[in-house]
Amino acid sequence: MLLTNLMALPLIGAAVVFALPIGRELLAKQIALVVSLATAFGAIYLGLNMSTTDGGLQYVESYKWIPAFGINWSVGVDGISAVLIVMATVLVPLVMIAGWNDVENIGQGTVKGYFSLFLVLETFMVGVFAATDLFLFYVFFEAMLIPVYFLIGRFGGPQRAYAAMKFLLYSLVGGLFMLASLIGLYVASGKELGKGTFDFTALAGLNMDPATQKILFLGFFFAFAVKAPMVPFHTWLPDAAAQATPATSTLLVGVLDKVGTFGMIHYLLPIFPDASKYYAPVIIVLAVISIFYGALLAIGQTDLLRLVAFSSVSHFGFIVMGIFVMTSQGLSGSSLYMVNHGFSTGALFIVVGFLMTRRGSKFIADFGGVNKVAPVLAGVVLLSGLSSLALPGMSSFVSEFLVLAGTFAYSKTTAIIATFGIVLAAVYILWMYQRTMTGEPSAEVKETVKEISSRELAAVTPLIALIIALGFVPQVALNVINPAVEQVQEYVDVQDAPPAVEGAKE
Amino acid sequence: MKISFEYAALAPILILLGAGVISVLLEAFLPRNARRPLQLILVFGSIILSFVYVVVNSEATTKLTDAELGGQAKGLRQIVAQGSVVIDGPGLFIQGILLIVAFIAALLVAEKHVDPQGDGFASRSSTLPGSEDEKAFTAQGVMQTEIWPLYLFSVGGMLLFPVANDFLTMFVALEVFSLPLYLLAGMARRRRLLSQEAALKYFVLGAFSSAFFLFGAALIYAVTGVIDFGSVALSLVNTGQEGLVLSGVGLIAVGLLFKIGAVPFHQWTPDVYQGSPTSITAFMGAATKITAFGALFRVFYVAFGGLRWDWTPVFAVIALITMLVGSVLAVTQTDIKRMLAYSSVAHAGFILLGLISASPNGLSSTLFYLFAYGLTTLGAFGIVSIVRDASGEATHLSQWAGLGRTSPWIASTFTLFLLALAGIPLTSGFTGKFAVFTAAVEAGQTWLVINAIIASAIAAFFYARVIVLMFFTAAPENAPSVVVPSLLTTVAIGSTAAFTLLLGVVPQPVLDLCANAGVFFR
Repeated sequence: MLLTNLMALPLIGAAVVFALPIGRELLAKQIALVVSLATAFGAIYLGLNMSTTDGGLQYVESYKWIPAFGINWSVGVDGISAVLIVMATVLVPLVMIAGWNDVENIGQGTVKGYFSLFLVLETFMVGVFAATDLFLFYVFFEAMLIPVYFLIGRFGGPQRAYAAMKFLLYSLVGGLFMLASLIGLYVASGKELGKGTFDFTALAGLNMDPATQKILFLGFFFAFAVKAPMVPFHTWLPDAAAQATPATSTLLVGVLDKVGTFGMIHYLLPIFPDASKYYAPVIIVLAVISIFYGALLAIGQTDLLRLVAFSSVSHFGFIVMGIFVMTSQGLSGSSLYMVNHGFSTGALFIVVGFLMTRRGSKFIADFGGVNKVAPVLAGVVLLSGLSSLALPGMSSFVSEFLVLAGTFAYSKTTAIIATFGIVLAAVYILWMYQRTMTGEPSAEVKETVKEISSRELAAVTPLIALIIALGFVPQVALNVINPAVEQVQEYVDVQDAPPAVEGAKE
Repeated sequence: MKISFEYAALAPILILLGAGVISVLLEAFLPRNARRPLQLILVFGSIILSFVYVVVNSEATTKLTDAELGGQAKGLRQIVAQGSVVIDGPGLFIQGILLIVAFIAALLVAEKHVDPQGDGFASRSSTLPGSEDEKAFTAQGVMQTEIWPLYLFSVGGMLLFPVANDFLTMFVALEVFSLPLYLLAGMARRRRLLSQEAALKYFVLGAFSSAFFLFGAALIYAVTGVIDFGSVALSLVNTGQEGLVLSGVGLIAVGLLFKIGAVPFHQWTPDVYQGSPTSITAFMGAATKITAFGALFRVFYVAFGGLRWDWTPVFAVIALITMLVGSVLAVTQTDIKRMLAYSSVAHAGFILLGLISASPNGLSSTLFYLFAYGLTTLGAFGIVSIVRDASGEATHLSQWAGLGRTSPWIASTFTLFLLALAGIPLTSGFTGKFAVFTAAVEAGQTWLVINAIIASAIAAFFYARVIVLMFFTAAPENAPSVVVPSLLTTVAIGSTAAFTLLLGVVPQPVLDLCANAGVFFR
């Protein structure tokens, strides 16, 4: 029941917060924070108790939901989904602390609305990673859009309605193509098993012919590529991230986009092994393009939020590349990368948010010399940035190294080309730091930029601690991830093996 | 031959038509002030009683064992009224959901507290719009009750339409439910010229399409010499007159496709939806679609089932253009009622997928879809009827801006209906779409489903646009306000919202009902 409770808790919390009368803003925030902290501790407990040898699903629960379509409320986690759930639930209380005064600063919407939307989103985030029934996954995948849509549209910047609409439409269109493939998969499973099913394990055991796989793969991949986001389906992300509050952007980029890459590793490879191999070269090329395109555009940005958004497009390129090279290092690296990217991008968005609330601007040109007036704040910016460019000692270095090492085994040329992406990462991060933090502070900066407050430190310190801790002892996460990765590889390989071997394994 | 008449099986229809006759008498003999309460008791009472009979009939039929059915699939099979009416599982299910829809729509029709001048209907339909007479009657606060006999006859006809077992009975039912609707469409209290124009268009085009239906039936009769569906199906084998048969099938299809509003026979929908009194639009949009799809399925599954290979491609093309044209044109609309009208066109296309599947799953998924869609439509129009400014309902989209701030509950409920129409998971609309699409893929219509998905994506745009308007845009200068309605409308909106959510979250009981309805009896 742990997983279902992890979903129920934030949902109940959201209802309680939303039911509070106007005027109890502080209480609303406190309840939301306590609920999200409780959820996070629950998730950490789950993560610590994951088996380091079993790559299958754990904490499995299954109840009948819509038997007419073979749909169950089935949840369970493997190592990859477990670490992502931990990452997501840890981020929620931190963005709440970081966005404590967002609503007051924006001057629109209600506090209880803002915080209850975060809690609703948390329920769906846990659900989308925990679902082991593809229909349930689809439901969470789509349902997640609603709270984010309102978070962007109600609490965002001047272009928020446009950004919210663009976000919703891109995701919905992607989701609808996934729905088409989902129905196709259901019908295909019905032909093979006699009765259609959405159960992940059953679907991964199907023996679909490669032609069907190739068609169905595309629907899922399109949805995941929009979500991830990969070039050329990425254009919604910079708009959404630039208009939303940094707290929303953190969850949007840090967690929601991971659903795309998570879907690739968790669903595409096991269910469509032949199609995955068939399309892998094309996808890897797209991934490399994403790495460079995202990095180059990040260098060219004048807007801090858009810079972080484009840097994520580049990072997602690495993650997708690591998945589709299908080596164990690549897959483990990508899984770990998803967690690290959540923390490091989260830290970046949050500190950019701190800068924005002070200066009232998100443009790089409006800053400069911050390290003279607020040295600690500038230091936090530097640490977050360094983790984004994968400095050794930071957690992202480990994952980026693993991805590149995994890619090297697959194709030396690809790995060598992709390595230059790291150089570009150093350019956009350090150049951003140079322009905003160093130099002589302008009069406005001197007047407006205050040193980091204790609340803000409380939001960002845990993130930086986690980044550094995972940089030195990545085994904590990798031990949980690796069995799951082996399982994924087994799914992909089992399909290749001659029938005699397959029988022997069973 | 002994002439028998199965009163119990026909009770649901007889009760409503009988109530219609009593309702006329009430109009004729009661003083004006006494009419409304008695009419309401009559309307709601007869609908409930009729529903009870539908339930009793379906209970009676499910008790028949497989042996008694002679190896037929489960479900009630009974041919009654000398072969003109067939009571079977799908027919009973459609009658049941029609009565639920009619009950909730009657709540909206009976509302008289949202408009300060009275209910939604002209005080005297016979007065000229803008005339002194009209003003005088309005000033006196006169409320007409002639709508109720019309309403009852219309519902009665709708109950007969999908269970008719021959072309003549079906035609009579078509006229019985259509004629009152033409009248009701022209009786709006506000914007009367628009309403009368709508009524005239609806009448002329409707009469035209009825003629097509009748002509088609005549051609089929000319070839086969029979009019009941079972015999037609048997006689259509190897007639050697393909030209006449296919012309007849085509003309009948035109008549029925007009009623469901499929492209290219959809032209009336936006005007009629916009001009009619909103409560009547709600009733018509939901109930006509249900009954007409019921009849369409019966005719094409039972009478023309053997010609499946001839009509499936035609319907596939019609479904395709209906979905796409409905969705694309809805994007360009600025009036909320017209937008919902085009959305209903797009939905007609989605539902046609179930027909094209030509399978038991296609039928049961369509039954679910019709129920879900009918209730959502009622709820959506129910909300349209209470968002008003001084001149009546505020139907221009720009007037809905900022509604999410001034009336969060109403805006949230409307959002729920829009999400259901868009087919977002956890709403009834998604379950329906999923069921229909799955049936179509199983039937090998994958390309059609992909097009349906594209149409859904286009449709999502205009539904989302309304949500953006309500929640993310500042209210205009003289923003309309949400009138606090009486219990009637509140119950109508509340119950449809609850159904919309329940059928999305726990659809299994209703899905079971749809599956147990079985197939059409021939």
